[in-house]
Amino acid sequence: MTKFASAQLTRFPHRHLLSCEGLTAPDIGFLLDLADKAADRNRKVDKKRNILAGRIVINLFFEASTRTQASFELAGKRLGADVMNMLVASSSVQKGETLIDTAVTLNAMRPDIIVVRHHAAGAVELLSQKVDCSVVNAGDGAHQHPTQALLDALTIRRAKGRLAGLTVAICGDILHSRVARSNIALLNAMSARVRVIAPSTLLPSNPDRLGAEVYTDMWKGLADADVVMMLRLQHERMDGAYVPSSREYFHFFGLDHEKLARAKPDALIMHPGPMNRGVEIASTVADHSRSVIRDQVEMGVAVRMAVLEALSPNLPQA
Amino acid sequence: MKTLRASPMSTIVNLPPTEKQKPSRTPQVFLNARLIDPESGRDEPGGLFVQDGLIADIGPHLRRNAPEGAAVIDCQGHVLCPGLIDAQVFSGEPGQEHRETLKTASRAAAAGGVTTMVVMPDTSPVIDQVALVDFIQRRARDNAIVHVHTMAAMTRGLGGEEMTEIGLLKRAGAIAFTNGKSSIANTRVMRNVLNYAKDFDALIVHHCEDPYLSATASMNSGEVATRLGLAGVPTVAETIVVERDVRLVEKTGSRYHASTISCGQSLDVIRAAKARGLKVSCGVSINHLTLNENDVTGYRTFFKVRPPLRHEDDRKAMVEGIASGDIDIIVSSHDPQDADVKRRPFQEAADGAAGLETLLPVALRLFHSGDVGLVQLLKAMTVNPAKLLGLHSGRLKKGAIADIILVDLNEPWVVNKDLLRSRSKNSPFDEARLQGRVLRTLVAGETVYQYAGNSASLPAV
Repeated sequence: MTKFASAQLTRFPHRHLLSCEGLTAPDIGFLLDLADKAADRNRKVDKKRNILAGRIVINLFFEASTRTQASFELAGKRLGADVMNMLVASSSVQKGETLIDTAVTLNAMRPDIIVVRHHAAGAVELLSQKVDCSVVNAGDGAHQHPTQALLDALTIRRAKGRLAGLTVAICGDILHSRVARSNIALLNAMSARVRVIAPSTLLPSNPDRLGAEVYTDMWKGLADADVVMMLRLQHERMDGAYVPSSREYFHFFGLDHEKLARAKPDALIMHPGPMNRGVEIASTVADHSRSVIRDQVEMGVAVRMAVLEALSPNLPQA
Repeated sequence: MKTLRASPMSTIVNLPPTEKQKPSRTPQVFLNARLIDPESGRDEPGGLFVQDGLIADIGPHLRRNAPEGAAVIDCQGHVLCPGLIDAQVFSGEPGQEHRETLKTASRAAAAGGVTTMVVMPDTSPVIDQVALVDFIQRRARDNAIVHVHTMAAMTRGLGGEEMTEIGLLKRAGAIAFTNGKSSIANTRVMRNVLNYAKDFDALIVHHCEDPYLSATASMNSGEVATRLGLAGVPTVAETIVVERDVRLVEKTGSRYHASTISCGQSLDVIRAAKARGLKVSCGVSINHLTLNENDVTGYRTFFKVRPPLRHEDDRKAMVEGIASGDIDIIVSSHDPQDADVKRRPFQEAADGAAGLETLLPVALRLFHSGDVGLVQLLKAMTVNPAKLLGLHSGRLKKGAIADIILVDLNEPWVVNKDLLRSRSKNSPFDEARLQGRVLRTLVAGETVYQYAGNSASLPAV
């Protein structure tokens, strides 16, 4: 891989990783460089290191997630940490109370890093204010999912050799997507051009203020794109609430070969998963030779290792 | 029906508070004051003489000369004006006393220069029956140190479907009728309530917010909500309801008050309705005059209120509305919430901000910034709500009840929420730098609050 000019940091200058907003190009470059090395190492037989030996990492998930949790678990274990997974079944009434109470309780067990996913925007930041350890946001509501954006960036960088100057089209449910918000912030910090493509009902207000060009016509939005990033559309949103039907959605916003032809011939096809084949992406497009969807999963482990590694020197050492 | 209509309600409304305050035995004279009466526009040096709970005399001739036998208070040139009337206060009594009682709210009110507070029916149980109006009046008489009036629910349980006994409730002393924090979605119900209330000359006070557009939202729709990943409620959710209500008022001819508007478009609708001669008025909360949606950044739940804090352009429109007089009144919208329901993820946290005690000093920001003249500002918190609610207070004139406050316009201070008197400490103005504070509050001639931190300027009585 090419060496990148942004990697001048000797240490990641943050205690938590809560959001892509506020991360600078050197911050991101630092994490991606670490992740690059981790990705290469992960392909060898001996993957284990002991950077986090003796450290406790808690995966605290208020929302079920297979791949993100597995990915963080693997990342922690490969770095030698003791990893504990907690899936908190949240009752609908007392979510908030559970959150603070759980934070205080877990904090008393003296973990070193807590990885949190929560259904409410801002919940992870709130939790980070109540604990003494480092906190990694593994997704909070429709707010942020920084490790997803980092793994997307790593996947793109490894395939294209750079991020700056690329045109990345993010297509789908922007309104409810933390993946979109994190990617827009990160890609802007890395000087990529970001477009968002969605029907108006799935766009938040003032989306342009996030630093993205807005398209409601996918054919136009994909024109000359270097990267096509599809988002998952949840089933409950296709039954007339936000779009009339999955059939109509696929017709106008599903990635098929015809629309893909508008993008550059070497455009990457991405999806954070899990995919709805035939809803937002045609099955054959998902398995296309230019699809890097499986690379994204692989980079997910590497990026999470990099994040844990980057935060570790900032933990109390004594 | 006809007999009910004949009884003059406003006199009943004003009776109880004066009875509970034992008139001061010693007459008091306030010398060397800057007298401000927002009704007449009086703003001049002078003095004021209080006897038997009433303003016995007022004018420049009392600037230095004390009547025989009166206790003398030297105001040192500070402002003496009518006590504030806060037309929107949420208390926790009955049912949520851990948040606030009429007693604790009244102490916060007194410290903030509020001599009359109107409590909302959003309690548990809801104030939708005569017995509960009685209950509030009795509890207020026994425990509160300022005047307390209650609004009654206009639909049972605030459910928005069945009308309450508006006639009987008004006769029992309900000062106005409202659906509290919720809007009436059913237009037929709203029309019937307005129509029926007109027969009793009852004032309808409505929180305007389309419940469908605001269902999942927790803040203003816009860039900040987009960044924070929070569902937003657009300003149009409010304007639609204001517009609908005005059209209904046009048909029914009722007295209608939009409780707290928050955006320029709603103000335009109210302006146009007034121009057409409708009996329409509106209020704004102190929060929407001094804060905006950017304050929510960082998921600060103490800034989560309803309607939500809006864009800075809308805040400016609200300030301009006060300056022009198109917005009639300013309310604190005091809504005490305990830490448990505020220390939650933003979308799950309770709405509401404590505001009684900081109402006046925060409002003075608009005066100090030069946006609103002092008399105009005070008007929106004294004589305007008095006229709206049919109260005789809110004026500084001979024969009026001696609900008066002494205010140092310039004293700088920093808000410390732990020192606020409200039982709940959810003030969005915690650590705010304010200029101006209440030195003394009199309710019916009795001093119910005196600022201790600056006693040097207040010689002993």
